[in-house]
Amino acid sequence: MDQTPAQWNDEAARAVIRDHVGEEGPLLPILHALQESFGHVPRAAEPLIAEALNITRAEVHGVISFYHDFRREPAGRHVLKLCRAEACQSMGSEANARRLLDALGLDWGGTTPDGRITVEAVYCLGLCATAPGALFDDEPVGRADAATLEALVAEAA
Amino acid sequence: MKIFVPQDMAAVAVGANRVAAAIEAEARARNIPVTIVRNGSRGMFFMEPLVEVATASGRIGYRNIGVADVPGLFEARFFDGAPHARCVGHVEEIAYLAKQTRFTFGRAGIIDPLSLEDYRHHGGYKGLEAALSAGPAAIVAAVKESGLRGRGGAGFPTGIKWETVARAQADRKYIVCNADEGDSGTFADRLIMEADPFMLIEGMTIAGVAVGATKGYVYIRSEYPLAIRMMRRAIEIAERAGYLGSGINGSAHDFDLEVRVGAGAYVCGEETSLLESLEGKRGQVRPKPPLPAIEGLFGRPTIINNTISLASVPFILAEGAKRYAEVGYGRSRGTMPVQLAGNVKQGGLFECAFGVTLGELVDEIGGGTASGRPVKAVQAGGPLGAYFPPSMFDTPYDYEAFAKRDGLIGHGGLVVFDDTADMAQMARFAMEFCALESCGKCTPCRIGSTRGVETFDRIRAGIEPEKNLALVRDLCETMKFGSLCALGGFTPYPVLSAINHFPEEFRAPKLPAAAE
Repeated sequence: MDQTPAQWNDEAARAVIRDHVGEEGPLLPILHALQESFGHVPRAAEPLIAEALNITRAEVHGVISFYHDFRREPAGRHVLKLCRAEACQSMGSEANARRLLDALGLDWGGTTPDGRITVEAVYCLGLCATAPGALFDDEPVGRADAATLEALVAEAA
Repeated sequence: MKIFVPQDMAAVAVGANRVAAAIEAEARARNIPVTIVRNGSRGMFFMEPLVEVATASGRIGYRNIGVADVPGLFEARFFDGAPHARCVGHVEEIAYLAKQTRFTFGRAGIIDPLSLEDYRHHGGYKGLEAALSAGPAAIVAAVKESGLRGRGGAGFPTGIKWETVARAQADRKYIVCNADEGDSGTFADRLIMEADPFMLIEGMTIAGVAVGATKGYVYIRSEYPLAIRMMRRAIEIAERAGYLGSGINGSAHDFDLEVRVGAGAYVCGEETSLLESLEGKRGQVRPKPPLPAIEGLFGRPTIINNTISLASVPFILAEGAKRYAEVGYGRSRGTMPVQLAGNVKQGGLFECAFGVTLGELVDEIGGGTASGRPVKAVQAGGPLGAYFPPSMFDTPYDYEAFAKRDGLIGHGGLVVFDDTADMAQMARFAMEFCALESCGKCTPCRIGSTRGVETFDRIRAGIEPEKNLALVRDLCETMKFGSLCALGGFTPYPVLSAINHFPEEFRAPKLPAAAE
């Protein structure tokens, strides 16, 4: 991803929220937009959203924590999502993933200390006929065997 | 000359964008004028990237093309459809395609997905025209007569759902497309949105006309970034052309459409949970009744259908309900886009009439495993579907026949496993996945799945396997009958089928699953 997410600031966040307040069921579009702008949805977002939508902060927190997509902290400069669902398992995804995580010294969801890469689990990318599948930043990767993953990670700056 | 390079996510995942760029650069260097069309995929993913060339005698294909192959293609004059080691001849004559009955996927891979002109040229919007002249009651009657059943997995008659919404009185009604295609081994919804997005728009518009709904939402999972972009652009194009908005296609009907993006929750593929999510809430399942058809999105009568179901409607209206219903098997009428996935040699989408056997699909169409090893099991219908051993490959592809054998066809996915698969691990994974994705609303699913994982860990460690297997069966009973929705209710399918068909794998102690 070339666009580095902006630093969190309340004013910019309020503007993002305002863009969606008039929509039907605006909360998910707001959360997606915040994550897109800032790379994550920090706790500081909760009171701002609650105020704009006239709901409680607890409700906002409940929604953010329910969905796997929303990050509470910024991710690394690159995000590698590895599919762990059945079709990819049938093609050896688990062993590939374990090898990669071990090489990076990470567990699922972890970020390398230099902030270079975050490795996350995903359950199905619809690439099941060219398994194993992965998503590197926004780029889909099919037939992602151990060597392919290694090369991807080596290229990530 | 026209060259087609798919922009489908799976084709891109194996290098289609790089191939398209290489062809463009090579053509420029050789001063050969080419037009590159980024079509959708034909669904033959084992051939991707599949480059096609338009010739006087039809489209000629070149399979599994990488960047390094591009200069050679030019040397061989592929742009004239000339022979080449990777040439597969006329694409439409490839057995994998020729054997299909493409009612819904007839345009996939052929047209430029964002060209309304292409869409109309290939029969697009004929269904809406027929629907507008027939009127709401006749549309609902046609969908009922077609025998179309919910392709998301439940198999509920689509026409009955529509009739219920049509009869409901309200100030506002909604059409919601469930494009939260989370089942592993499935990609039909994705293919529809990336290869033929106007078909889905047309299907939803027809639904809107049928029941008097003026607003539609397409709820797409966030794991499908390309499908999201394609649908959004297709909606803009349809709006500009008067196919969406007020007075669609010159009629008195208004219909607006909007894409909403999921946020990584599998359970939101369950219809009531999806509605909660659209409303901006946690994706927790609602008890039924009330049915969404009576009290759905924002409390209004709502048609919520799977992507394939809605995308099947234009054909039914354009070609007639009889044409759709005349193929099929028993109470499963029409076609199903079967998705061959996992460890399979020829993975892809195969749309065919119901009634073909599981064995034909896996062995003949799929060509067996990708690894070349024997098939051990096929998981039919996603993570909540049963594992079928080859001894059950005579099962006809049909909702009732699968149910009779304690399985389900679900959303049409078939995930093939070779003989290296660890079925005890797969059974444990089914519980683990349920625990991970449970919305937490009901106890059997929320707690049962976690207890299931723990019990499997004891079995795998060789601790009282018989006693613990009995405990798992008991737990499955509770989950099956006590859960609010299919997540907890159907997790027993993969678990019990693995235990019943592969009992020996649960007896021998194994090393514990990799620590997580």
